[in-house]
Amino acid sequence: MEFLGLFNYWVVVILMMIGFYIVICSNNLIKKLIGLTIFQTSVFIMYISMGKIEGGTAPILAEGVTLYSNPLTHVLILTAIVVGIATTALGLAIVVRIKESYGTVEEDEIHAKDKKA
Amino acid sequence: MESFIHIIILSMLVTTAVAIVRVKDLFAVTMLAGIYGLLSASFFVLMDAHDVAFTEAAVGAGISTILILTTLSMTGRFEKAAENPKSNYKPALALALVTVTGALLIYGTQDMPAFGAADAPVQTHVVPRYLNDSATEIDIPNVVASVLASYRGYDTFGEVVVIFTAGIGVLALIMSTASKAPVALRASMEEHVVLRIVSKMLIPLIMIFGLYVQFHGEYGPGGGFQAGVIFASAFFLYAMLFGLTAARKVVNNTWIQALAALGVLLYGSVGVLAMINGGNFLDYNFLAQDDVHGQHMGILFVELGVGITVASVMIIIFFTFSTRKQRDGEPD
Amino acid sequence: MIVHLSVLQVIIPLMAAPACLLLRKRELVWAFATLATFLTFAVSVLLLSQVMQSGAISYEMGGWEAPWGIEYRIDMLNAPLLVLISGISAIALLAARTSIENEIPENRHSFFYIAWLLCMAGLLGITATGDAFNVFVFLEISSLATYTLIALGKDRRALWASFQYLVAGTIGATFILIGIGLMYVMTGTLNMADLAQRLPEVENTKTVFTAFAFFIVGVCMKLALFPLHLWLPNAYAFAPSIVTTFLAATATKVAVYVMIRFIFDVFGFEFSFTHFPLQEILMTLGIAGIFVASIVAIYQDNLKRMLAYSSVAQIGYLILGISFASQTGIMATLLHMLNHGLMKGALFLSMAAVVYRLGVANLSQMHGIASRMPLTMAAFLIGGLSLIGVPLTVGFISKWYLVSAALENGWWPVAAAILLGSLLSVIYIWRVIEVAYFKSVTESTPDVKEAPFSILIPLWILVLANLYFGIDTSLTVSVTQMAAADLFGGLR
Repeated sequence: MEFLGLFNYWVVVILMMIGFYIVICSNNLIKKLIGLTIFQTSVFIMYISMGKIEGGTAPILAEGVTLYSNPLTHVLILTAIVVGIATTALGLAIVVRIKESYGTVEEDEIHAKDKKA
Repeated sequence: MESFIHIIILSMLVTTAVAIVRVKDLFAVTMLAGIYGLLSASFFVLMDAHDVAFTEAAVGAGISTILILTTLSMTGRFEKAAENPKSNYKPALALALVTVTGALLIYGTQDMPAFGAADAPVQTHVVPRYLNDSATEIDIPNVVASVLASYRGYDTFGEVVVIFTAGIGVLALIMSTASKAPVALRASMEEHVVLRIVSKMLIPLIMIFGLYVQFHGEYGPGGGFQAGVIFASAFFLYAMLFGLTAARKVVNNTWIQALAALGVLLYGSVGVLAMINGGNFLDYNFLAQDDVHGQHMGILFVELGVGITVASVMIIIFFTFSTRKQRDGEPD
Repeated sequence: MIVHLSVLQVIIPLMAAPACLLLRKRELVWAFATLATFLTFAVSVLLLSQVMQSGAISYEMGGWEAPWGIEYRIDMLNAPLLVLISGISAIALLAARTSIENEIPENRHSFFYIAWLLCMAGLLGITATGDAFNVFVFLEISSLATYTLIALGKDRRALWASFQYLVAGTIGATFILIGIGLMYVMTGTLNMADLAQRLPEVENTKTVFTAFAFFIVGVCMKLALFPLHLWLPNAYAFAPSIVTTFLAATATKVAVYVMIRFIFDVFGFEFSFTHFPLQEILMTLGIAGIFVASIVAIYQDNLKRMLAYSSVAQIGYLILGISFASQTGIMATLLHMLNHGLMKGALFLSMAAVVYRLGVANLSQMHGIASRMPLTMAAFLIGGLSLIGVPLTVGFISKWYLVSAALENGWWPVAAAILLGSLLSVIYIWRVIEVAYFKSVTESTPDVKEAPFSILIPLWILVLANLYFGIDTSLTVSVTQMAAADLFGGLR
């Protein structure tokens, strides 16, 4: 389990870096939003890993079970997931409007059009 | 065995994320993002987080995929490579920034309690109360539901408002004006007879399942949010197969918006009722004669509020996007 | 109901928002939203007086005691900020009905007011809460509403600005979430007071350092600290004018508040300033922000954009106050938070009046405009003087305390930098005054009337507040002094 512990957080960091990279580098606005999702999901994985207890079960009370994983991190991440989808939906709505008024969803083309104006 | 699956899933997550960086076809990227959502949901199951897994599957693989695909059909499928050579500094800069952030986080994880440790502060402080006393204080088996709806019910109220805010935002930005009556909007899959018949049988089942998830959340994984998403997906399916015009006959604009508002108000009213009865905001103990009964009532109603708002807002968002799509290019 | 005041001021707007969706008619929605906001304002004023009389108030949500439940905690630090937020919101909403007539399509007005209420409720929630995760939830409520409000701007660039803000804001919020997670993993708690007690045990761990770094960087993103300010100028410039008025006066202040709360209360003065070169970092960024943003402001033609850069510069002053790490320094920051809210509120609202008549607020089209809109430009003039820091205005008071805090530390060059920064603001304000008052009306000046009273009255309320609190400083100074003393007398 020692190795696994490290492995979990390494993966979180790698996923976070990939998501962050997509957000900064991608020229396409929709892909940026997908990058944001990956970025956020990595943090969800971090929280949920923190709450896991070795040999535990899901925190639904049952007879004969004494060890439960942390329900609080689950609650926090449920909220965070909802926040994530809310942000994505709103972001996509803005992208739709950008497409309609700029005719493109590529960052550099939007910049070019703004400069001309 | 479990740790083997654990490693496999995490490796697949990384692989999927890398693929998302490299692929330029946004349709494929969206599908990969859906897979990413599903994989993380599987991982959450391994981590004993069944409620979270349920939600992530519904959101990451379901709702967000549908929304992104709808948007893609309006904005174009392929990502263009940046033509401007000036923007080539970006990858290097991004890489530097990302590496610094990543290194900092790696540095930070070094002193964290070992993974799975039972004596870590997260397991020994605050949480034991939920696990040991919720049986007597609230008396429902699913501790996640207890914490979500009661101990930290105020956060969940905030969460419902977040969803409501997103619905308002989408309406404010891309709602098409009602006065311009649409030409009969045809569904993209209207000719598929088999699909139509199968889904006709499926839709009622999906709705019943939604209700089950809504009212069974206290005993197993589930609750208002998941139920709302499932319930809404029945409407998505109907709209996709029978056309938006048909679906709009079922779902009236005014009513669905009113429902979205009523869900939030229901949640808030439970809190205010507790205040009127002499307790603090959202103190369910004051809802009935004995505490546990009050907790049950409170949780039932706030979860219902969550379900109503989530289902309505999801339907609003989906319909608003799809309507916008079918009237492509229409200025406001 | 008196015991419930602390939660009422958040749930009134929070529940008024969905109720507005049921009302539908935009006139009705406006009236209802304004009423709810004034009610909120009244509640927050009562709350402030209660805190001043009997000390900090704690309120347990759902009757669950902290740290198991969520706690609201109102003390001298956040009570005045609550008054500022709800007060500015109420005054701005009075003007909003007229101001958005020409800026937002009519069928969007109801949604606009709903988003406004949600935004305000979010800001109030962040300020009132004593729970770290609850900060994140309400931060997202206010952020999502803000993105919507900004994107409703008339110019298509509002959309792009809103999207950029959405990306930057979400990254910031996720950093904050990482920070909270790392604090939680080391302490097992989310309650701020409980965190403050439990963090010292583990304060020498790498994880807590990292938590601090992520949290503070995330907050800096939100408060647009130079050089993380890039989202701000366009967002403020292209958002509907009345939205800019509200946001510029409140939103960044709330982020500064969160920063102060975590640096001083949660992590503690010792940890923040001895383990980290925080003092040097904040001072450098603060001064750099003041100069760079002020100089850029001088070259703007769009006055909303100019004032937006000026806001970035003012954030520099706020951060500088924190970097002094002294009681006077933090008091100057708190005072300037309130005072800057008043001056930027007045300045942006006068621009809302200009935009209402001219359609834009470009300096090149404002030759001799003061003769056409004398009351509006007089308001701008007084707001501008306040921004510069001329005696008898609120700006003077906060600059005074900032400079004395710098001198107290013996930081002569910093005191000089503050004065030099004021000189730069003289230049960009003077440009406007020169064009508006001393250039004669040319053909390019549109033939317009004075702004309507529905904008002028709220505008002058703010202007008079600038003068009143500049002359009678007893309330603001005593409140911020007590707050600063609390921070240093502290929870530990």
